[in-house]
Amino acid sequence: MKVTVLGAGPAGLYLGILLKKADPRHEVTILERNAPDATFGWGVVFSEETLGALRDADPQSYLAITDTFARWDTVDIRYQGRLLRSRGHAFSAISRKLLLAILQDRCRELGVALRFGVTLDDPASLAREADLLVGADGVHSVVRRAHADVLVTSVEPQGCKYVWFGTDLLLDAFTFIFRQTEHGLFQVHSYPFDERTSTFIVECPEHTWRRAGLDRMNTQESIAFCEKLFADDLAGHRLLSNRSCWTDFLLVRNQTWHHRNTVLLGDAAHTAHFSVGSGTKLAMEDAIALTNALIREPDPEAALVGYELERQPAVERFQRAAADSAGYFARVEHHVDLEPVQFAFHLLTRSGRVSHANLAVRDPDFVRVLDSWFAGKATGRRAALAPAPLFAPLHIGEARLPNRIARTVDLEDMDSEGKLGADAEQEIAAATRSGAGLLLTGLVAVSLDGRTSPACPTLHDDTQIDRWRSVVDTVHRGGALVGIRLGHAGRRGATRPRAQGVDIPLSSGKWPLVSASAMPYAPFCARPKAADPADMAALRVAFTAAASRARAAGFDLLELDMAQGYLLASFLSPLTNRRTDGYGGALERRLRFPLEVLHDVRVVWPRDRLLSVRLTIADWSLRGLSADEGIVAARAVAAAGADLVHVDAGQSVAEDRPEYGRGFHTVLSARVRSEARVPTLVGGHLTTLDEVNTLVAAGRADLCLLDLAESELEQQIGEAEGARPRRKVPR
Amino acid sequence: MRVGIGLPNTTPGADGALLLEWARRADGGPFSTVAVLDRLVYDSFEPFTTLAAVAAVTSRVRLATMIAIGPLRGTALLAKQAASVAAVAGARLTVGLGVGARREDYAVAGVDHRGRGTRLSEQLAYLRGAGERQFGPPTEGIELLVGGASGQALTRMARYADGYAHGGGPPRAFASAAVRARAAWSDLGRPGRPALWGQGYFALGDPERGSAYLRDYYAFTGPFAERVAAGNLTGGRAVRDFVRGYAAAGCDELILFPTVSDVAEVDRLAEVLSP
Repeated sequence: MKVTVLGAGPAGLYLGILLKKADPRHEVTILERNAPDATFGWGVVFSEETLGALRDADPQSYLAITDTFARWDTVDIRYQGRLLRSRGHAFSAISRKLLLAILQDRCRELGVALRFGVTLDDPASLAREADLLVGADGVHSVVRRAHADVLVTSVEPQGCKYVWFGTDLLLDAFTFIFRQTEHGLFQVHSYPFDERTSTFIVECPEHTWRRAGLDRMNTQESIAFCEKLFADDLAGHRLLSNRSCWTDFLLVRNQTWHHRNTVLLGDAAHTAHFSVGSGTKLAMEDAIALTNALIREPDPEAALVGYELERQPAVERFQRAAADSAGYFARVEHHVDLEPVQFAFHLLTRSGRVSHANLAVRDPDFVRVLDSWFAGKATGRRAALAPAPLFAPLHIGEARLPNRIARTVDLEDMDSEGKLGADAEQEIAAATRSGAGLLLTGLVAVSLDGRTSPACPTLHDDTQIDRWRSVVDTVHRGGALVGIRLGHAGRRGATRPRAQGVDIPLSSGKWPLVSASAMPYAPFCARPKAADPADMAALRVAFTAAASRARAAGFDLLELDMAQGYLLASFLSPLTNRRTDGYGGALERRLRFPLEVLHDVRVVWPRDRLLSVRLTIADWSLRGLSADEGIVAARAVAAAGADLVHVDAGQSVAEDRPEYGRGFHTVLSARVRSEARVPTLVGGHLTTLDEVNTLVAAGRADLCLLDLAESELEQQIGEAEGARPRRKVPR
Repeated sequence: MRVGIGLPNTTPGADGALLLEWARRADGGPFSTVAVLDRLVYDSFEPFTTLAAVAAVTSRVRLATMIAIGPLRGTALLAKQAASVAAVAGARLTVGLGVGARREDYAVAGVDHRGRGTRLSEQLAYLRGAGERQFGPPTEGIELLVGGASGQALTRMARYADGYAHGGGPPRAFASAAVRARAAWSDLGRPGRPALWGQGYFALGDPERGSAYLRDYYAFTGPFAERVAAGNLTGGRAVRDFVRGYAAAGCDELILFPTVSDVAEVDRLAEVLSP
C-alpha cells in the first residue's frame, strides 16, 4: 500500500513506524513543512495507561522513549503562599524534540521516507497519487481544511489566553501555581521533562491579560513580566522562549475523520485542552488504532470506518473532561476564597476523572487530611479520623443539618382538594429512613389555583396546619430536618398528575391560570392571564399566609419556588416575561416581583429557620436567561434573605435545550456558590454517595439532592427490610 | 431484558406475504415484540398499515413502531391510526415517535420541516388525551416512546412518553443515553423510571447483502452509512454479545431489525438467542 502522511509530529511518525512494522512492503512517505529539528513547545506528558499501549505497539521506540522519561507521581499546588501535595498520580514526560528525534530515527531504520521542508498545499492531488493520505498535520491541518465541509469541522477558542514557556528550573512534580495580581489571577501549569528543563505554561483569562497589558507586549517583555510575577517560584531561574507567544487554545472537532482515502490523525482530527495533558497520548493512540484497523480490514475504506468507530468515543470522553478542565481554569479566579485544601481538591477533581473515592485510593493521606479538615470546619472540632464529607453536618446561620444529603418526597398522589392523604405519612416515614439529613416536599401550592394538578398538595388554609405538623413530627422523630417547597404553578397549573405525563391539561375541573405574561406553556395548555396589580397583591398575601402556616406546622426550612417555569420563575425569564410595566424588561425589573414575595416571606419566616430559594440559573434556551444573569439573580435572592439557593435550570419554556447527564446542574452550582457566594443545594441526577462527597468536599455545593429512585442502594435497603418496592413504572 | 424482532418493512424484496409470515413466526418464537421502521422516501411499507395487518395474524407479541416519524402525519389522523391499530391488536401497541433525520421525507410529504419538534410535542400531548377534540377509538393504553438524542427530544420523552427509544449503536452508547433519559425523567418529576428500548441490525443468512442494504438505507447520512453497516450483527456470537451488552446497560427491550428479506432469518435469530 502507498501511504502519504502529512506532518511529522508524533502522530504521523508513529503511524509510519507502525505501518512499516505491520508490513514492510507498505510505501510510507512522511512530508513535513518544517526542518527535522524545528519544533514548537517543550515537554509533553503521558499517563501510565498510554505507556502500555506504546509498549505493545513498538517495544523499541517504547524503550528509547521511556529511557529518557522524567517520571513523578506528585501534583504540587502553590496557592496563597501554601504548598499542597497530592501523590499517586502517575505521570511521565519527555522533551518533544527528543520524542520526535527518537521517532524519526526509528522511521529511518524501518525505511519510512521522511521529507522535510516540503510545501503542502494540494492534498487532493496527493490523495489521488496514494492509496491512503493521512492528515497528521496538526491544529491548522491543511488536509482538514481541504475537506472541512464533508468532515463538518468546528474550530473554536476554549478557555484562557496562554503561553508555552520552558524554564531551566527543575521540578519534581506536576506543579500548579496560582498568583493573585492587581490585574487578576494568573496560573501556571508546569512539569519537568528532562534533567535540565521544565515546561512552564502561563495562563489567565483574557480580561486579566488585557488589564496587565500583555496584549501589547512583545515576547521579551512578556517573559520579563512572567519572570517577575513568578520570581518566588522560579527562584532565580529563567523562562525560555521557543517562539512562545500568547494564544488561544483551539478546540478542534470533526463529525467524521475521513473522506474517501483521506484520514485525519491527532490534533488535525481533535484537540483536548492542554490542562488534561493528553494531546500527544491521543495522537499516538490514533496511530495505533489506525494501523490495527488497516491490518484487520482488507478494504481501506472499511478500515477508516473501523478506526473512527474505535477512536471517536474515547476521544469524545477526553474532550468532555478537557472542556470541564478548561472551564475550571477559565473561572478559577472566583475560587480564591476557598481554603487551600479545598481549593486543591477542587482543582484535582475539576475534570470529573478524579473523585473522592478514587483519590482515596491514589492518595489516602490527602483524603484523610481533606476529610478531617472538612469535618473540623463543620463541627468546630479537628480530629485525625473523620467520616466522609457527606456525613459532616451543615451549619447555616442557626440551623444545623445532620448531613449533606437531601431528598425530595413528591406527594403528588394526594387526595383531591389539596389535602394530604393517608399515604403521605407512610411515604414520608419511608423517606426518612433513607438517612437523608433533609427531606423536602415537592411543590406545595400556596393557593388552590396555584396547584399543578388536582393531586398537588396545598397549604392554602389554616385547617391543613395540623396534618402538615404531623408530617413534620414524623420526620423529626427520624432525626432529619424537613423543608416545604412553597410555590404557585402559574401557567403550568390545572394539569393531570405526573404519572401520566407532564403539562397535559385537565379536560374538566380546570381553574384559571395566571403568569407574568399571557402565553400558554405547552401544546393544548390554556392561555394564562397576565397578572395584574390586584393578582400580584393577592399572590403576595397567599405566599405570606402559606409561609406563616408552614411556620406554625413546624417546618425547619421553607423553599420558595422560583424555578421550572412556575409563577415566580415566569417573571424571571425574558422568554416568559413580556411585561411593559415596572415588572418586565431588564433583569432587575424581572426580579422585582419574585424579590417582593421573598421579602414578604422573610418577614414572617423566623430568622433561625432556613429560607431557601429554588432558582432557575439558566433557561437553556436561545435568548433565555443566561447563567451570567442567573448568578446575578442568585446574588439578589441571597441579599434579600435567602440562606440557601437550590440550583435549578431549564423548563422555563417547554421546548428548551437541556444537556442531561450525571450531575447536570453541578457546573451551575459551582458557579453560584463561588460567584454569588451563597450556600447551594443541588440535584441534577446525582445517584452515588461518591458524587456527593466529591461535590461538597470540593465546595461545588453544600447539600446534594440524591436521585434515590436511581440508587441501587435504596433498592437493596428496601429488599433487606422486606419493604414493598417503591418503584412505579407506568405501562 | 426482553428481545423483539423487527419486520423487514424497509428491506428490499419484501412483499406482503413475507411480512405476514415473518410476523406469524415471530409470534410463535421467543420474541416479545415485532417492530417496524418508518421512511417515506424509500421503497418501504407504511408502519401503521403494516402493524394493522400484523395484528390480524398474531395474538401474543407486542407491536411497535421504532420509530414512526410523527410530524409527517396530521395529529388527529396519527392518533386515529394508532388508536385503530391498538383497538384491532387488543392493547398490544407501543408507538415510538420521533422527528426523523431526513428533510426529504418532509418535502415529499408536503410538510414543513421547520417546527417539527413542536408539532411532535403536540402529537404526543394529543395522544395522551389533551385537547378538546378527541374522537376515539381512545388512545389511552397505548405505550408511547420517544426517540432522538437532543436535550429537546429527551425533555419531550420525559414530558409525554412512557419511555425512550434509542437510535442504535454499541451498548456503551446506549448506556450513556440511558443515563440522560433517566436524568430527564427525574428532572420532569415523573415517578418511577422510563422504559428503555434499544435497537440493532442483524444479518445471519447473507451478511454482505444486509450490509449493502444498510449502506443504501443510510446513504443520506454520508460517512455514517459505513458506520451503521459496520455495526451490522452478522454472526451468532456478535448477536449474543450485543444482547448481553444491552442487558448490562439497563435496556428493557431490545429490538433486532433484519437487513435481508429472508423469512428464515426469524428462525436463525431465534436459534441464536435460544439458551
